[in-house]
Amino acid sequence: MQRMKQLMSAAAMVALLAAPAAAQVSDDVVKLGVMNDQSGLYADITGPGSVVAARMAVEDFGGKVLGKPIEVVFADHQNKPDIGVNVARQWIDTQQVDAMVDVPTSSVALAVQEVTRQKNRVFLMSGPASSDLTGKACSETGIHWTYDTYALANGTGKALVKQGGDTWFFLTSDYAFGHALERDTAKFVTDGGGKVLGVVRHPLNTADFSSFLLQAQASKAKVIGLANAGGDTINSIKQAAEFGVVAGGQRLAGLLVFINDVHALGLKTAQGLVVTSAFYWDLNDDTRAFAKRFMEKHKGMVPSMIQAGVYGEVMHYLKAVQAAGTDEAKAVAKKMKELPINDFMTKNGSIRQDGRVIRNMYLLQVKKPEESKAKYDYYKVLATIPGNEAFRPMAEGGCPLVKG
Amino acid sequence: MNKPIALALLALLVVAPFFVYPSFLMTALCFALFACAFNLLIGYVGLLSFGHAAYFGGAAYITAHVVKVWGWTPELGILAGVVVAAFLGLIFGSLAIRRQGIYFAMITLALSQMLYFFAVQAPFTHGEDGIQAIPRRHLFGLIDLSDSLTMYYFVAVIFLIGFAIIYRTIHSPFGQILKAIRENEPRAVSLGYDVDRFKLMAFVLSTALCGLAGGTKALVSQIASLTDVHWAMSGEVVLITLVGGIGTVLGPVVGAFIVIAMQNYLAEWGEWVLVIQGVIFVVIVMSLRRGVVGELVALWERRKPSAAGAEAKAQAAH
Repeated sequence: MQRMKQLMSAAAMVALLAAPAAAQVSDDVVKLGVMNDQSGLYADITGPGSVVAARMAVEDFGGKVLGKPIEVVFADHQNKPDIGVNVARQWIDTQQVDAMVDVPTSSVALAVQEVTRQKNRVFLMSGPASSDLTGKACSETGIHWTYDTYALANGTGKALVKQGGDTWFFLTSDYAFGHALERDTAKFVTDGGGKVLGVVRHPLNTADFSSFLLQAQASKAKVIGLANAGGDTINSIKQAAEFGVVAGGQRLAGLLVFINDVHALGLKTAQGLVVTSAFYWDLNDDTRAFAKRFMEKHKGMVPSMIQAGVYGEVMHYLKAVQAAGTDEAKAVAKKMKELPINDFMTKNGSIRQDGRVIRNMYLLQVKKPEESKAKYDYYKVLATIPGNEAFRPMAEGGCPLVKG
Repeated sequence: MNKPIALALLALLVVAPFFVYPSFLMTALCFALFACAFNLLIGYVGLLSFGHAAYFGGAAYITAHVVKVWGWTPELGILAGVVVAAFLGLIFGSLAIRRQGIYFAMITLALSQMLYFFAVQAPFTHGEDGIQAIPRRHLFGLIDLSDSLTMYYFVAVIFLIGFAIIYRTIHSPFGQILKAIRENEPRAVSLGYDVDRFKLMAFVLSTALCGLAGGTKALVSQIASLTDVHWAMSGEVVLITLVGGIGTVLGPVVGAFIVIAMQNYLAEWGEWVLVIQGVIFVVIVMSLRRGVVGELVALWERRKPSAAGAEAKAQAAH
């Protein structure tokens, strides 16, 4: 059996080498599997909206690549790594999925990264944040598209230290993402001459933050860094307001805040928050046009940077499949890294060897209620962080693919 | 079990991976073994444990850790899981069997929740992330298990071993005493049996087999996570056993295939899986009291009343 398999794969290799020019699409379909949180605390920022974005990209590409149809399937991983692994493996083994898309929740993404590495599939990450995905857990076929914890820390963390926030206390979501965000932010705090006074870690998807917030309050730190996301960030900010944390002179730093979170909080509670984002719908005509189309297709909900990123990464992937003439993962990933990225949210972007997409990030501030003129008019742009400064230098990441 | 059925099932086990997705079969077999071990307690001793996730998930973590971090071979890894699960069973069991009924269930639940929160906080379990990318390594250092077909037969053999142990236990004098305890505990006591000792032995045997299932599952899915130790997992095994038929030898196996198939093939319905599961649960409790296998057995016996009657008479005569 094993022998036979080896022979067959050897034969396949020879055939591949013999006909490099022929277009190769496995199973006569290019299938994209969007996996994310469809119903839980990250459903608004990823969820069905990411599926809509992926379908928009497929539609705009023309629905076909190399003459073969493009299909989009999706699944709910419920933020559990074991479900994510099972779905990924099953998609690849039985449904011929060629690329995994989105996959928020860093713990799940790290697990899926291993599956796609093992099974040689492209992994287009828009949802997950942990910078380890292009660091020590990087993969030849893993592309980290939208943002990462280092870029968030570099934006929000650095800006707050500069404004005098030199003592920090972290409220951290207790899993891969929170740990990475806390670690990356703490580095900028200490590098900037600040001090981390303490850390408290809460379980993912927590309803009651009172004991954590009281600890943060008692620490007397000038800044309380919220190393969490989605529903957890919303709950911690709301409850902090109830405890009078901000009124007591401490500052809240939402290290990962999405426009959907601001919408849920309301400007009254969220005003003044400094936010790092890869995308804001009201930046220019291109972003406004995308947001308008997205909102028409998705119940009037504004696209988060993750959902916008899903559109971009799917589009770039399909272009690379077209250019490479195959859907074989390594060849496509290589082509993706060669081609420049240009779409509504990314101008002259590129992909590094470790899989990190380099693009501009924006430092935004949430407007006061009276400054907001229209629905979703929530941010003013404080600064644009150029791509080469926003992300962690490749040599510092510890990615085994990077030599020297 | 009669021979033709046993042989047919064995043949099915051998050829199944050529027709059905092996990963699904492996998961289902692990859960089948898990449910069989649970059934040993509820079906044959009458003890409803609501904390069996602790032994299943605990063993999964142990196997995952020793195989991934310490580089043990898979069979030693699973063995380590079994030993730890049995040890946990010994401690938890000796505390829990002092009470009966709902109190027993609550104590097992409380103890398993303790283990859950330990797993959330302990550094080696990696909390929410779980232990990921567990290598399958080489069985006995020789046979490569990364091939899914090889892995399937490895899992099938483990399942058969576990199943044989349970089958043997049920049909031994020891099993008879367990059933006597289930039917009438005071009478078993009056006959001179040390009931607590028998209960504890059955409990430890059950937890050790749960450990066998959990450790194997960790290698199959290559991840050990909080899902495995969560109380919902304890509920799931109750569901599987109920669907299949409590106190039947094959019930838990059938139940496991039904429930895992639902979770697998209805996954695209998202949260609806839980609703569908709930509806099926209600239907089975309302109309198939004895579970799928239990009802089939009852039907079989009704069709052949004379034979069954003769058998019953023969048994009564003993």
